[in-house]
Amino acid sequence: MDSILLQILNGLDKGSAYALIALGLTLIFGTLGVVNFAHGAIFMLGAFCAVTLSKVLQLSFVTIDETKKDFLGNPLKVETPYVEAWFGPEIGASIIDWAVPLSILLAIPVMIALGLLMERGLIKHFYKREHADQILVTFGLAIVLQEIVKYYFGANPIQTPPPDALLGVANLGAWFGLDLPYPIWRIVYFCFAALIIFAVFAFLQFTTFGMVVRAGMADRETVGLLGINIDRRFTIMFAIAACVAGLAGVMYAPINPPNYHMGMDFLVLSFVVVVVGGMGSLPGAVLAGFLLGILESFASTTWATTTIPGINQIIIYLVAIIVLLTRPRGLMGRKGVMEE
Amino acid sequence: MSKSNFTRRGVLKTGTVAGAGLALPTIFTAQSAAAFTNEPTGGTVTLGFNVPQTGPYADEGNDELLAQQLAVEHLNGMGDGGCLNTFTSKALKGNGILGKKVEFVTGDTQTKSDAARASAKSMIEKDGAVMINGGSSSGVAVAVQGLCQEAGVIFMAGLTHSNDTTGKDRKKNGFRHFFNAYMSAAALAPVLAKEMGTDRRAYHLTADYTWGWTQQESIQAATEAMGWDTVTNVMTPLASTDFSSYIAPILNSGADTLVLNHYGGNMINSLTNAVQFGLLDKQVNGKDFKIIVPLYSELMAAGAGENIKGVLGSMNYNWQLQNEGSAAFVKSFGEKYGKPPSNSAQTCYAQVLLYADAVERAGTFNPCGVVEALEGFEFDGLGNGPTLYRAEDHQCFKDVLVVRGAENPTNQYDTLEIVEVTPAAQVSYEPNHPMFGGDDASLGECNPGA
Repeated sequence: MDSILLQILNGLDKGSAYALIALGLTLIFGTLGVVNFAHGAIFMLGAFCAVTLSKVLQLSFVTIDETKKDFLGNPLKVETPYVEAWFGPEIGASIIDWAVPLSILLAIPVMIALGLLMERGLIKHFYKREHADQILVTFGLAIVLQEIVKYYFGANPIQTPPPDALLGVANLGAWFGLDLPYPIWRIVYFCFAALIIFAVFAFLQFTTFGMVVRAGMADRETVGLLGINIDRRFTIMFAIAACVAGLAGVMYAPINPPNYHMGMDFLVLSFVVVVVGGMGSLPGAVLAGFLLGILESFASTTWATTTIPGINQIIIYLVAIIVLLTRPRGLMGRKGVMEE
Repeated sequence: MSKSNFTRRGVLKTGTVAGAGLALPTIFTAQSAAAFTNEPTGGTVTLGFNVPQTGPYADEGNDELLAQQLAVEHLNGMGDGGCLNTFTSKALKGNGILGKKVEFVTGDTQTKSDAARASAKSMIEKDGAVMINGGSSSGVAVAVQGLCQEAGVIFMAGLTHSNDTTGKDRKKNGFRHFFNAYMSAAALAPVLAKEMGTDRRAYHLTADYTWGWTQQESIQAATEAMGWDTVTNVMTPLASTDFSSYIAPILNSGADTLVLNHYGGNMINSLTNAVQFGLLDKQVNGKDFKIIVPLYSELMAAGAGENIKGVLGSMNYNWQLQNEGSAAFVKSFGEKYGKPPSNSAQTCYAQVLLYADAVERAGTFNPCGVVEALEGFEFDGLGNGPTLYRAEDHQCFKDVLVVRGAENPTNQYDTLEIVEVTPAAQVSYEPNHPMFGGDDASLGECNPGA
């Protein structure tokens, strides 16, 4: 029982990342009709916002400690972070410790600006081109972005730990007499993802802006004929989608050390999530994200891998095939939506 | 009226005969002049450095490349000479190889077997490389070693730890200085018994490819021989990034030890996930839960950060080793690049010098002469202590390091501490050992190519 609950928790946690990326992909596809292969790279850039702020906060000045030696036998260069010198060792260390949550403040404007730049500077020129062209240009952009990151940060993963207060494990089943130890930061990540998903849906459902966007997704031409500048709203939605993926990346940084390739690792799976959920369906993307996360978790258990060797590597694609055979529009795709 | 004797058929016949006549001497000349592939004829000789310059192991590849460039400098008499001053063989004089200036070309393996073969092939066919060195994956090493055997050039492997490289896939033209999975297990087992006891239950997570398989097989055999039980072994896809769903089942499996047969990014992520789930804070079967990483590297240790504290593993070389050769190499590398060398850098540096030295001693670049010079060659002064290049399988036998993640690092390079230097005799095995292809394994014949 404990094992099953643990795998469900794992699945929800894994599904959080899938759902957030798939949500952004669906927002872009649903509004602009663009298949954005650079979306995974935006997730990766979000994680590197956390890495960057962490490194900036640790910028140091060097003093020479004559009493200690470095690996060549020369006097040791001791580095002291500026923030510790400015605010005192304790406050300075706390600021560095909370670098990841603080990165959210950095990532929001950076990701919105990046989204606007990508949409206005590149992707808008491909609206009237074929999907194949859109895929090629966004995939190319993804490679450019990840190579830039590799140039500056190297290929090795970079540890970006959570604050000390959120390290360690919480026993979620203690109240029910169960043994359910789960990393605190992963619980934070799930709650954060749920909050973002709720905020996006609330924004689309309960604001005039959101109402116009939904109307534009259903019938762009008619909304345009009403004198509403739908293109501008869709551009803003692109920026919001970039922001969602970026924030997902920021908070993911302590779970797995970020590297330049992490976006690509998520991209393919996220596209499968979008297809399984139903192209253009926001609730479908979220539902499929969590569903596939849980399935992937169970498929990785010892029981599953010994019963059907390799099932952990194919489960998501297997489910995608079954769903597409039985429900060609995906779990929540509707007739007429995103269809010629 | 004149009548021409030229006919279309006649012109074709004459042309064919004349062409063949002109080409024939060239063919004979080419064959008789080049006794082996890419025989250097001018004042230079070209070496091919095939390392991952892109992809997840690019940092490791970059470190290898730095070491290879340093080796070329030393061979050409530049810099401080590095290990040329400490190498027990005194054949190298700092005037190139056999008097020819050493030049090099580089290829990008991308840590993909097909890409690595393509880049090695290009360096051999287009650039005239007479030896290929480098790499940081066993899959790549086995593939490139096979290519070099077919092409008739020498392959001096870089970082490759699978038993297969000098086991069932051994080749006459291929040589490995790096240690292997069996040696890791043989070195680790006594230390594990001493520190963790002989009554443990181990859970294995294993990368699903040649290195992972042989590493797992070796460490399982070694730990079971000293009394440990193996709870299970779970294969994980090489492309895995989040290992949480593999870690969670361990919590209720009854295992008190986790063996991570992972390398590079896999290891960094799986160890990070294991620590996140509090495994190192757990008590199972009345014992503290322990994690073992059979193969360590400095770059992995840096990537894993604080998570490696206290975690045991093994290495081919560590810059903290106190011997004359190591000191010379660390000084040379450290002063040039501002950081200590990794063990992949050291093995590539040593391999380049070993190849050059073998050519000098053989008096020829002919691969078959080089093979003869390297087989059974005993040496010291390259950083690992006394070493033997065994003739039967082209595997180096030397001391193996058991290391532990540093508890209180004093600087960014102080990530690992040496626990024990295991003598070569303790990690030796017969050339026909079942884990190395048994009696069927054979080096085959030397191929000089051309």
